[in-house]
Amino acid sequence: MNKPKKKLNGNSFLLMITILLFIIMYAAGMIIFADKGFAKPQMFLNLFISNAGLLVIAMGQTIVMITAGIDISVGSVTALVCMVVANQMENHGASAFTAVAFALAIGLAYGLIQGFLVSYMEIQPFIVTLAGMFFGRGMTSIISTDMIAIKNEMFLAWANYKIYLPIGTYSKRGKFIPAYIYPTVIIAVLIFIVIALIMKYTKFGRSVYAIGGNEQSALMMGLNVKRTKLKAYLLDGVLAGMGGFLFCLNSCSGFVEQAKGIEMDAISSAVIGGTLLSGGVGTPVGTLFGVLIKGSISSLITTQGTLSSWWVRITLSALLCFFIVLQSIFASLKKKK
Amino acid sequence: MKKKLVAALLCVAMAATMAVGCGNKDAGSSEGGSTAAAGSESGDNITVGFSQVGAESDWRTANSESMKSTFSEDNGYTLIFDDAQQKQENQITAIRNFIQQEVDYIVLAPVTETGWDTVLQEAKDADIPVIIVDRMVDVSDDSLYTAWVGSNFELEGQKACEWLNQYAKAKGLTEINIVDIQGTIGASAQIGRTKGLEDAAKANGWNLLASQTGEFTQAKGQEVMESMLKQYDNINVVYCENDNEAFGAIDAIKAAGKTVGPDGDILVMSFDTTNAGITDTLDGSIICNTECNPLHGPRVEEIIKTLEEGGTPDKQAYVEEGIFAYGSDVPTITVDGEDYEVTEVTQDVIDQRAY
Repeated sequence: MNKPKKKLNGNSFLLMITILLFIIMYAAGMIIFADKGFAKPQMFLNLFISNAGLLVIAMGQTIVMITAGIDISVGSVTALVCMVVANQMENHGASAFTAVAFALAIGLAYGLIQGFLVSYMEIQPFIVTLAGMFFGRGMTSIISTDMIAIKNEMFLAWANYKIYLPIGTYSKRGKFIPAYIYPTVIIAVLIFIVIALIMKYTKFGRSVYAIGGNEQSALMMGLNVKRTKLKAYLLDGVLAGMGGFLFCLNSCSGFVEQAKGIEMDAISSAVIGGTLLSGGVGTPVGTLFGVLIKGSISSLITTQGTLSSWWVRITLSALLCFFIVLQSIFASLKKKK
Repeated sequence: MKKKLVAALLCVAMAATMAVGCGNKDAGSSEGGSTAAAGSESGDNITVGFSQVGAESDWRTANSESMKSTFSEDNGYTLIFDDAQQKQENQITAIRNFIQQEVDYIVLAPVTETGWDTVLQEAKDADIPVIIVDRMVDVSDDSLYTAWVGSNFELEGQKACEWLNQYAKAKGLTEINIVDIQGTIGASAQIGRTKGLEDAAKANGWNLLASQTGEFTQAKGQEVMESMLKQYDNINVVYCENDNEAFGAIDAIKAAGKTVGPDGDILVMSFDTTNAGITDTLDGSIICNTECNPLHGPRVEEIIKTLEEGGTPDKQAYVEEGIFAYGSDVPTITVDGEDYEVTEVTQDVIDQRAY
């Protein structure tokens, strides 16, 4: 009886560290850079505005990582979605609604194929999604090597629709500037809430944890391991498609080089948020804070103004090391027990 | 015993977390101190936020240096410099950050031409003028940026091709088999320079064997050249769209047992004329190097001064650019009725240049 309780403690402790780290970091920024506007509510909202797409992508990543898998194709899916969306609207006269359907269809197709290969064909997820990554990037450049700017009015109206909040700040010239968010933020946060609920309360969510924890015993328990894995990758694919669309709403263009390395951002956000690469452990809440930590680091470094922005990566790598070491300490403690 | 161990671990973890937090704080506060000191006297300091593409080439480094030296504390500016590492999303984030910091001016060297409507609208809503440098932006509403400073890339391409045309005539080269190592696809420099070459190849009957992107880097330039050399054995001109690609191409040519230069197998043409690039032009390794002036700082400062005085600057400002070549076979070239002098590279020419 003591065993599962212990495990839970260790994991919620990791989550606590992540949240605490974020709060400390952000509070420090607010104090140090108060004169540079870091304490403004808009600065905090910008974290969500700039990382809405990443947040949704990282949710999918978290799910597959909990099944002890990985998906490194999400960056290419994002680029492919942006390109198809831009190409369909600009060169083939598709409406913005059709574009959303295209984005989701691409995600669904990716999820279905990769999920099938991983679960039913039992191929290593790294290899499957590596192939998916090359395929996506390649297809993107086949559609067009040129940059396509999105000028579709409906799409731009979505992208530029500011939702003002009743809070705000006064500018240097004494003008009141209300804080605002874009629809992408609301969509991303809603998706986060839905995923968090699914992972915590549904049979599917619990099965994902069980499979990631120990596939053999999950099988013994009578769980349909293969189907659950397929579902996990399917959900991940759809989220990648959706995240790609949100990313596109932020950049308003389709381009081959877009979103390079976003898969690594998603993975590192999940790890910082307490997801174990070995599976079975991780929460959407943790990943949310992982994304926020990544966003705040780059925000802090830009605000500081003189540091090279490579420090974002260096700090992130240090954090990753820190969390991985912590995780392995907990893992070895568990084993001893 | 186990409880103790866990407790000890907890303490260590806490301390580590604090250390990370404080590490940030320390680094920040020392910097914060210096900026605060600058800030106290900077009631009249003009704050400029500059979002740079990255540090992918020597040209880019010279461009960053020009900005840093122009907008120095001594000249009455505070520069916030952000390196976007070739990612548009980083630049969008940086501009949002500048807006929150309430900088006086935003200078943007965009990674891509498209996708700027939303964030530039935010800058406009905050009444912050945006000056675009180097590459152009493609936005639905021109009033989203105040001015643009940069190079006329198509003219650069035309100049280089006209030089090649004259040089071929002077040297009696009848057949020109040219390959194009393109820049990052979609960049204005790539579009303009490629167009210049494609038009000239059609007009002059050159064989444009292949075009492939070298992404403005030496490593990629070398890789592309290696594969092109395997594919075609009759290449006699390489048109590299920047100096770094040219260095890579030269390495690849030498590795394949061929020679470069006026008397060699292959002529290497390049753009940008960075210091290392022009040094290679001195010995003919790069036969012709068309300048792409990276010293944008002074031009941007002119625009800011005009704005500070309440004037309206020109929407487009081109920087002046020359063409540098090995030897004096072609003294002048004519593009669209305009004459351009070709500078023969000597050690003196190199020494007199600012970068």
